[in-house]
Amino acid sequence: MTSATADAVGARGTPGVPAGPAHPSEDRRWRQVDVRIRRLGARPDGLIEVLHTLQQLFGYLDDDALAYVSEALGVPPSQVMGVATFYSFFVLKPQGAHTCVVCTGTACYLNGAKAILRALREALGVEVGGTTADASLSLLGARCLGACSQAPAVVLDGEVHGKVLAEEITALVASHA
Amino acid sequence: MSVVTLVIDGHDVAGQSGQSILSVAREHGIAIPTLCHLDGLSEVGACRLCMVEVRGARRPLAACVTEVQEHMEVTTTTDELTDYRRQIIELLFTERNHVCAVCIANRHCELQDLAKALGMTHFDLPALNPSAGVDASHERFGIDHNRCVLCTRCVRVCAEIEGAHTWDVRGRASEARVITDLGTPWGESPTCTSCGKCVQVCPTGALFEKGRAVAEGKERRPYVPFLVARNRRS
Amino acid sequence: MPEPDDAPARARHHEPVLPEGPVRATANVCHAAGCLSLGSDLVFDRLCERVEASGTDDVGVRRVGCLGLCAQGPLVKVPEHDRLYAKVPAEPDELDQLVEQFRSGTGGLVVSEDPFFARQVKVVLRHCGSVDPEEVEDYVAKGGYAALRRAVTEMTPEEVVAEVTESGLRGRGGAGYPTGLKWATVAKSGEGGHKYVVCNADEGDPGAFMDRSVLESCPQQVLEGMAIAAYAVGANEGYVYVRAEYPLTVRRLNSAIRQAERAGLLGTAIADTSFSFHLEVRIGAGAFVCGEETALLASIEGRRGTPRPRPPYPAAAGLFGEPTLINNVETFASISAIIERGGRWYAAIGANKSRGTKVFALAGAVERTGLIEVPMGLSLRQIVFEIGGGVPGGHRCKAVQTGGPSGGCIPEELLDMPVDYESLVSAGSIMGSGGMIVMDETTCMVDVARYFMDFCREESCSRCVPCRAGTVQMHRLLDRICSGLATRADLERLERLAAMVQRASLCGLGQGAPSTVFSTLRYFKDEYLAHIDHRTCPAGVCEMAPFEMAGSGR
Repeated sequence: MTSATADAVGARGTPGVPAGPAHPSEDRRWRQVDVRIRRLGARPDGLIEVLHTLQQLFGYLDDDALAYVSEALGVPPSQVMGVATFYSFFVLKPQGAHTCVVCTGTACYLNGAKAILRALREALGVEVGGTTADASLSLLGARCLGACSQAPAVVLDGEVHGKVLAEEITALVASHA
Repeated sequence: MSVVTLVIDGHDVAGQSGQSILSVAREHGIAIPTLCHLDGLSEVGACRLCMVEVRGARRPLAACVTEVQEHMEVTTTTDELTDYRRQIIELLFTERNHVCAVCIANRHCELQDLAKALGMTHFDLPALNPSAGVDASHERFGIDHNRCVLCTRCVRVCAEIEGAHTWDVRGRASEARVITDLGTPWGESPTCTSCGKCVQVCPTGALFEKGRAVAEGKERRPYVPFLVARNRRS
Repeated sequence: MPEPDDAPARARHHEPVLPEGPVRATANVCHAAGCLSLGSDLVFDRLCERVEASGTDDVGVRRVGCLGLCAQGPLVKVPEHDRLYAKVPAEPDELDQLVEQFRSGTGGLVVSEDPFFARQVKVVLRHCGSVDPEEVEDYVAKGGYAALRRAVTEMTPEEVVAEVTESGLRGRGGAGYPTGLKWATVAKSGEGGHKYVVCNADEGDPGAFMDRSVLESCPQQVLEGMAIAAYAVGANEGYVYVRAEYPLTVRRLNSAIRQAERAGLLGTAIADTSFSFHLEVRIGAGAFVCGEETALLASIEGRRGTPRPRPPYPAAAGLFGEPTLINNVETFASISAIIERGGRWYAAIGANKSRGTKVFALAGAVERTGLIEVPMGLSLRQIVFEIGGGVPGGHRCKAVQTGGPSGGCIPEELLDMPVDYESLVSAGSIMGSGGMIVMDETTCMVDVARYFMDFCREESCSRCVPCRAGTVQMHRLLDRICSGLATRADLERLERLAAMVQRASLCGLGQGAPSTVFSTLRYFKDEYLAHIDHRTCPAGVCEMAPFEMAGSGR
């Protein structure tokens, strides 16, 4: 971090904490966020990288996190929110313990992704982008996962399942939910 | 700065290098419709109403962001351009909820003026009527998102002139909305200085001053006086 | 405490088996995304165990990148015997038998005789499936970074640009802008100031996985191309902008950069010269529009990925306002071969104004889906039927979609057309980044148009009105047609709107959004009319809404 930026950030942060604003909570994960911010030079152009780090650590981006980044990088709050909501990868609400991503790329769409989504929506009782009431699983759609040769593809907790059938995947997902 | 000579709608005109087609045209009394443009603010080229034909260009170009060049031949009005402009206005009217009769900006609205000027008498695309919401938490001002055309003049005047950057745009596609801070109610915004510039520059009835009746909401006024002077190219 | 940007902890995998003495067979186990999703990592571990347990010292086992025939993974290639083994099981007993086949050179298919491979010409993919994507030494051992060394020690930047210009290489990201010309422009821009080289790896077209495969199979080749470009245009810093949806790609890229820096092939004093080039990875966050170059730059700067009007072009004022060279993955991956073998050699491949080779991701209703590289000018029919093995299930090929959401559908009767930039445009599509989706008669072309419009509608950055609001209304009109609720007047309105959105939108996303509508109307208008006039979907895909709903929503 350049000293000029450090001073500027520190001046707006808590007195006595020269490196950045006060952490929103005692959670030690904020220190990891600080490491990432410092490594990126605490500059506004690091915003998306820091949001990735936050989401990786906390699972989602809440107002406290966004306000913290805003202050630490010197980016206006409205701009931070503008960026966080522009990119579909960022989520502003807690996600389920498990995630099920249904690819809706062209090859998957033509090979039955629509039927898979319908079956999953019905079985889980949630819309795409939603999380089950017991917070056990989030159902997400993806533009294309690049697994077109295995279409239709579904990613369950990071594991790609190719050439899936609606009934098969519904049963598998239900066992996670 | 060197002088550039070009032809706009058959008239020989001169401008400075680096000047936009729009600016040169207006200096010479040639009208080009605009919505997102405002003298003194940065250009975003977003409304696409100022599209003009430039000889040799493969597609119409936005006059607000296209710099004049020596020997350029510009046509500001063709049947095709008029049709595009009408369709753009129609898209704006159907995108949210623009019922002039009950709007605070009735008769003081740039969207309404444009519709009139371009002869858009009705629209046959379905009105989407999303429930876009109203924020009336600020003591003096309010925003009715149903009348917002996302021109981002408020965002720019707040960031570039007032220096507060209270406004920005959240989301994308049809979910896009202008927001204050982290989506905080306007009245609770810690960054807003209540200067009212955003209200002044809003072309429609989206941003308004409280306590005014329908059609009285906005006076015809010079937008934030002296805004233009700041941006004049020397 | 682990660093937050470190890769998540992975299960420990077996070390490759690399015998010291002479080798009779090396099992190259595909570790690209397709095969991994079919369990090739388990196959690799088990294979290593079986070979070690058997006590043989003349069989090796390695991880390699994409072997191409993704439909039939997990794949294992044995280069010594020119054989490829498909659908390799992870059962120990079966693997023991396979190891015997590897040694004796029996079973599997003979690569050089198989039509899937015989028609291909590999330039970009020449190291794909033969180098270990996680070991820079392996790439160097196969001749990697020789081109960079040669460029920085024996050639002037001008000579590098001239070589690329002579090759006739055009941008492989879609529009086909001449690469040499772009390099020359950046080289001339902003004398002596700061410049950047950016690799667009934001492969967003649905149905495309070329960039992913290249980066996961041989990331070093792309980094080498970028370094050569940086030398040629006078840049010392660069970024690779890659999709967050590709976590394996991100991991391999980060590891590749670190390894290349340690080997003195990136970073400061490259190949012991004064040339330095520092590279960083930037991860996208799920926005298709960021494939547009000005939006991509905005995203690297940490902002909303909204395109801005051009000019100024990035070559003059790009990242942080400095001159910036942006090329896509495949373009950079083509560079080392051009420097090694010369621009003239490369220009001798191909047809018409399209020189060299093109990588395609073949998917959809085709027997052998996978990753292929063909010389420009091969016909679509040769690609679909000779390489791809035709349409499965006794179905008939109806159309081939190229170019993703900004492309179009080319009907079966035009499949003899050569694949080059100009031919595809004249047929109403574009080359695009290389996604190629085969459609059979069970596909409804109006539904396809609606699918792509839905995509564009949701991916619109919201900045300009024609794209933001026009795609919404076009989607509604297409939805009405698919539901049997539309009139001929709706169809006319769709065409009028499409023309405006195509001509008036700010960036390529909006300008390209109506293209699938245009191409399907051009070749499949009867399908539109069947939905409108007869309320039937010839392909049997669309469900007609009950009549009483007609007129609602107007």
